[in-house]
Amino acid sequence: MDEHKKLIEVNNLQVSFFTPAGEVKAVDGISYSLGYNEVMGIVGESGSGKSVEAYSIMGLLQSPGKVIGGSILLEGKNLLDYSKKQMRDICGKEISMIFQNPMTCMNPVYTVGDQLMEAVTCHDKSISKKEARNRAIEMLNMVGINNAEKRIDQYPHEFSGGMRQRAMIAMGLICHPKLLIADEPTTALDVTTQAQILELMKELQAKNNMSIIFITHNLGVVAEICDRVSVMYAGHIVEQGEVNDIFYHPQHPYTRGLLASMPRLDSEGKERLIPIEGTPVDMLDTPKGCRFAPRCAECMKVCVEQEPPAVCINANGHISSCWQHIRQMKEEVGNR
Amino acid sequence: MFGYIVKRIAASVCTLLFVAAITFLVMNAIPGSPFLEENTTVEQMELANEKYGLDKPLIVQLKNYLVGYLHGDLGTSLKMQKGTPVSDLIFHQGKFVLSIKLGILALLITVLVGVPLGCIAAYFRGKWIDNVLSVFSTLGIAIPNFVVATLLLEVLAIRLGMLPSVSGSLTDVKSYIMPVISLGLYYACYVAKLTRTSMLDAINQDYVRTAKAKGLKTNKIIFKHALRNSLIPVITYLGPLTAGLMCGGFVIETTFGIPGLGRYFVSSIIERDYPVIMATTIVLSALVIGMNLLVDIIYTFVDPRITLTGKGE
Repeated sequence: MDEHKKLIEVNNLQVSFFTPAGEVKAVDGISYSLGYNEVMGIVGESGSGKSVEAYSIMGLLQSPGKVIGGSILLEGKNLLDYSKKQMRDICGKEISMIFQNPMTCMNPVYTVGDQLMEAVTCHDKSISKKEARNRAIEMLNMVGINNAEKRIDQYPHEFSGGMRQRAMIAMGLICHPKLLIADEPTTALDVTTQAQILELMKELQAKNNMSIIFITHNLGVVAEICDRVSVMYAGHIVEQGEVNDIFYHPQHPYTRGLLASMPRLDSEGKERLIPIEGTPVDMLDTPKGCRFAPRCAECMKVCVEQEPPAVCINANGHISSCWQHIRQMKEEVGNR
Repeated sequence: MFGYIVKRIAASVCTLLFVAAITFLVMNAIPGSPFLEENTTVEQMELANEKYGLDKPLIVQLKNYLVGYLHGDLGTSLKMQKGTPVSDLIFHQGKFVLSIKLGILALLITVLVGVPLGCIAAYFRGKWIDNVLSVFSTLGIAIPNFVVATLLLEVLAIRLGMLPSVSGSLTDVKSYIMPVISLGLYYACYVAKLTRTSMLDAINQDYVRTAKAKGLKTNKIIFKHALRNSLIPVITYLGPLTAGLMCGGFVIETTFGIPGLGRYFVSSIIERDYPVIMATTIVLSALVIGMNLLVDIIYTFVDPRITLTGKGE
C-alpha cells in the first residue's frame, strides 16, 4: 500500500442543496487535510455546513443535497469517484460515524448486540456469529459498559442515553476504522456524561491509533479533545490551525467573536461575554464578498466586494481568510 | 403476558354476550317471521311459534340463547335446513372451511403483494415507479370488488375461456384464481399505500442513517431495519381484516357461486332463520375479537418496547 502522509484530504469541496427556493451552497469550497492519529475539530454555528460536510465524506447526503465539486481523498483515493458498493465497503470499516442523538440512532426493535454484530458481519462475511458476538462483547467492555455479556441482549430502550452513545461508539469502532467522524456526539447528553464520553473517545483514539473529525459547536469540547481546529462560517472554513494557535492567537474576527462570547474559567474579574452581533447569513442569498462582513466590526470596503484570500499565519498550518491580514501585511511592508 | 391474555379472554366473553344481545334485539326488530309463507294460516303460525318458543317474551328468548351458548349449543335451524344443529351447518358442512380458505388466500395476496409494493414505492419515492404504483393502487381501491370480479369473469372466463366461470366448492386450483384476486385486490392496494406511508416515515429515521453509515446493503436497510418498524400500522389493519376476509366475502361468494359462510349468513337474514343469524354473528364476532387479541400479541414480537401487562400504563 502507498504511504500517504495524510489520511484524508478534502480539496475545494462544494455541496449544494437544490431547493425549490433556489440553490443553497451549504459547503462552498472548503479544503483541509487530516493526518494519521490526528483529531480535528470542526466548529461553527448551526447551518454553517459542518454536518453536511461530514455527511458528504460518508456518502450520506440526502436528496436534494449534492456534491457538485472538489475531491475527498482517503489515502489518495477520491471517494467521490467510488461506486455505491465501494462506498458501502468503506463506510463502517475504514470510516465510521457517530451521531448527535443516541436516543434515536439505534434501531429500537433489534438488540444492541444484533446491531453491533451486524456492523462486523456486513464487512466480513467469513466471520462466524459466535466470533462476531465475542467481538461485540469485547467492544462493549472497551467502551465501559458493565456486564456486557448480559447487556448485549438488551434493547436500546433499556440503555440510558450515555450508555447508548457508548454503544454507538462501540458500533463505530468495531471494525477498527482509520477515521471516526463524530457529529456532535455529546450535544444531546448531560454535562457529566459529556465529560465521560469525551474522556472515552480520547482514550480510544490513543489506543486504536485512529483519526477523528469532531464536529461540534462547543469550543470547550474542542479544547478538550482536538489537535487541530477548523472554524466554519456559512459554508466556508474561515480559519484553521492548531488548537493552541486558534485559542490563544485567533486571527479571524469570527473566531475572535466566538471566543469572546464563551465564558472562560481563567478570566480575571468581571469580564462580560460579548455576543456576535447580527444573525447568520441567508444561505439562499449570500453576500458577494466576505460572508461574515455584514456582522464584522472591522468590516472594510473591500470586504463587501471581494471574497477574502486565505492567508498563512504561521508554519504550523494556521490559515485565516480575512482582508485584515492583507491590510496588516501591507502596513508592515510600508513601515519598512 | 399470560395474565393479560386471561383477562382479555374474560373480557371477550362479555363482549360476545353483548353482541348476542344487540343482534337479538335488532333481529327481532325486523318485521317478518321464519314461518311466514304465502299460504300460512294464523293458526299454523301460532303453532309454529309455540313449538319453537317464539311466543315467549323476548327477554326469555334471549336468556335461552345465551344459556345455550354458554353450554356450547348454537341452536337449531328453523328454516334453511329445518332441524339441523347450527353448529353442523357452519362447521361440518364445509361452509366455514370454504370461506376460510378463500380468506386466507386473499390475505396472503394482500400481504405478499401489498407490503413489498409499499416498500418499493417508498424506496423510489417520487420516481416513476412510485407514481405508477400509486396510480394502480388508487385504482384498486377505487374499483368495487364486484366490478373487478365481473371484469375478470368477462375476460378470463367468457372471452378467453381460461378459467371456469363458476368456482363452486373450490375443488380445482383454477377455480381459486378469480375469487381470490377479486377479494384480495382492494386490500392489497390499501396495504401497499399503508406500508408506503409508514415506510417513508421509517426511512427518514436516524437509525436508518446509522445503518447506512455502517455500510449495510440497501435491501437490508429497507427490509430489516425500516420494514419492521413500519409494520405496526399494517398489522393493526390486518387483524380485523383477517377476520373480515375469512367470513365476509359475500359479494365474491355470490358472484362466483361459492357456497361459503358469507353467502349463507346473508341468506339466513333474508329467511329470518333466527338461530342461524345469531350463531353466525357470534362466530364472526369471536373471530374479530380473537384476531384483535392475536394482533396485540404479535405487537410484542415486532416491537420489544411493547409489553402486555394488563395494567393501564
